[in-house]
Amino acid sequence: MSLLDKHEKLERNSLLLLGCTILVILIGGLVEIVPLFRMETVIESVEGMRPYTPLELVGQNIYMRENCSVCHSQQIRPLRDEVVRYGHYSLAAESMYDHPFQWGSKRTGPDLARVGGKYSDEWHIRHLIEPRDMIPESVMPSYGFLMKRGATLHDLKYHLRALRTVGVPYTDDMIENATRDARIQATGEDRVDTSGLIERYGEKVNARDFDGQPNMVSEMDALIAYLQVLGTFIDFDAAKDVEGGAQ
Amino acid sequence: MTVMTDQQEPEYNYDIVRRFTLATVFWCIVGLLLGVLIASQLAFPDLNIEPYFNFGRLRPVHTSAVIFAFCGNALFATSYYVVQRTCGVRLWNDKLANFTFWGYQLFIVMAATGYILGVNQTKEYAEPEWYADIWLTIVWVSYLLVYLMTCIKRKEPHLYVANWFYLSFIVTVAVVHVANNISIPVDIVGAKSYSAFAGVQSAMIQWWYGHNAVGFFLTSGFLGMMYYFVPKQAERPIYSYRLSIIHFWSLIFIYIWAGPHHLHYTALPDWAQTLGMTFSIMLWMPSWGGMVNGVMTLSGAWHKLREDPILQFMIISLAFYGMATFEGPLMAIRSVNSLSHYTDWTIGHVHSAALGWNGFITFGALYYMVPKLWGQTRMYSTKLISLHLWIATIGIVFYITAMWVSGIMQGLMWRTYDEMGFLQYSFVESVMAMKPFYIIRAMGGGLYLTGALIMTYNIWRTIRGDVNVKEFGSDQTQTQSPQTQGAMA
Repeated sequence: MSLLDKHEKLERNSLLLLGCTILVILIGGLVEIVPLFRMETVIESVEGMRPYTPLELVGQNIYMRENCSVCHSQQIRPLRDEVVRYGHYSLAAESMYDHPFQWGSKRTGPDLARVGGKYSDEWHIRHLIEPRDMIPESVMPSYGFLMKRGATLHDLKYHLRALRTVGVPYTDDMIENATRDARIQATGEDRVDTSGLIERYGEKVNARDFDGQPNMVSEMDALIAYLQVLGTFIDFDAAKDVEGGAQ
Repeated sequence: MTVMTDQQEPEYNYDIVRRFTLATVFWCIVGLLLGVLIASQLAFPDLNIEPYFNFGRLRPVHTSAVIFAFCGNALFATSYYVVQRTCGVRLWNDKLANFTFWGYQLFIVMAATGYILGVNQTKEYAEPEWYADIWLTIVWVSYLLVYLMTCIKRKEPHLYVANWFYLSFIVTVAVVHVANNISIPVDIVGAKSYSAFAGVQSAMIQWWYGHNAVGFFLTSGFLGMMYYFVPKQAERPIYSYRLSIIHFWSLIFIYIWAGPHHLHYTALPDWAQTLGMTFSIMLWMPSWGGMVNGVMTLSGAWHKLREDPILQFMIISLAFYGMATFEGPLMAIRSVNSLSHYTDWTIGHVHSAALGWNGFITFGALYYMVPKLWGQTRMYSTKLISLHLWIATIGIVFYITAMWVSGIMQGLMWRTYDEMGFLQYSFVESVMAMKPFYIIRAMGGGLYLTGALIMTYNIWRTIRGDVNVKEFGSDQTQTQSPQTQGAMA
């Protein structure tokens, strides 16, 4: 009874009630969230992770604009069937440059965490234009308009700069050359010099005309560049050898 | 409940409640219509019209229209009604209250147009970009101010329990909204921003937000609704005052922890997943505390349940609340979640709560409030309320059974092996198996929408001052009209 009597104080004082409510709701969030910012305990550093190239970033922004993550997850769970179906389970490091994460919560379509390199560019183009041409039973909407729309590249400098503010390690050099790098990546080494792009983002960067339209950098170029790099940063076969050797 | 002694009823601000009530009905129809549309798109992909009306862009329009527009306006309408009635004073500051109305509608329009044009943060239930988020923060702080000041200047010595729930809903939504939306705009005149958080951290913060949008927007706020309208409609005091204290504090304390159950088996550290699971299971008890307190309020008045469809709406809503808050903890158990996650089971779970609990308690509250707000003695037709109830209930049953079957089937198909040890089904085979259930689901949604349209008609006739002659007789209309005029003045 005494506790109930004490509760009367709260019922008579709205501000006190509000203050207590705020205290009570803050506890859980603080306990669960604050420790996650001690990065070293949460994200194991792995070899191969790099920030997205400017073109891949444009692709990810198209992926976000079209809200692909409501139907496609990018998070393979360490369950036997998922590893068999999609590949190695997702590591924390693999989404460390995604602002925000694209893990999703629903698989109306398959997981895309490791879709990079699984299909040809040509397959992606035809599938995005009309999914049912490639998979007759698919329920995915069509995205043919991506072929006709030019990708917005002129302001990429500002995108990279904003991302650097929130912690993505873009260098001054990367920011300065953002728009150029995007054009070069969508053109490919047989027509332009890609050495600057490779110097900044590494040997493995895919530089080619993704959409098969040499006269323009379309949104299709950007989206496919993004899809083709998903899950390919880390060389799991090489990692396996290291693990095996250590034991 | 509130006792008005020796004074006359103060001049309540019903204008603002009426506005929010009409907005509730409007957004209810919009949200349900979009739901039926996108459900049909999943069964018949030809219904997608690229780029603006593709599923991906329309889906947040549906979820925001239902959660923030329909449920949000219902929360504004009922909270402004309840706080005035239980505090015995007029709502504080008419101008600011009006601002919350127009400001909130503007937020909804900003959010929805953004999604269609491709402006989207891709955080579920927090899709609006930075400019809309800042605007919502301004509106929300005004809401808190109006509500709190009304509580502070109340005539009643005690703050009634419904107000505790409303207050906790308003303040917690403010906290999680602001924290989850911290981001850097690319350009001050552009829509695009980048979240301050990445990967694991952004996932944890997003679902801390996301689950408390459920916990506070769709639970705590609606329990506030329940604590006023169920006792009023049953004409009985709330069952247990002590239970309401215990379940209030335990509910708001425990809910906050439950977010990580959305991230089982992901790259989120295990300790956080385990905390999320544990607290989700604990959450079962305070949730049922609320249900028991609501249902048992009928003790001594059970006979009313037989003939009063408004009370039936409220009690069925509590039954769905009880069911969903049992199913939720179950799905938060890691091993169950390994099957249910990523499938339609989640969608079914969400809809049994949204359609059954949030929808039905709102319909009950609307049927209770509308005649009082527009100075009538009763709704135009009780039979139409009953019809709405049954059509909507059948709609929900169609919806959730279809999603249970399809969700569990999906989960099982994905993990089935053949005798050689290979996966038995390709992904697209699971997509094909879903089709009949997607059609049944769309039909269920269609029935629920039909019910809401019947309600809209009933409310429209009530506002016009009509009384169904076949049900209530014509002379009753005449005896009512002077009373009606009195209440209007």
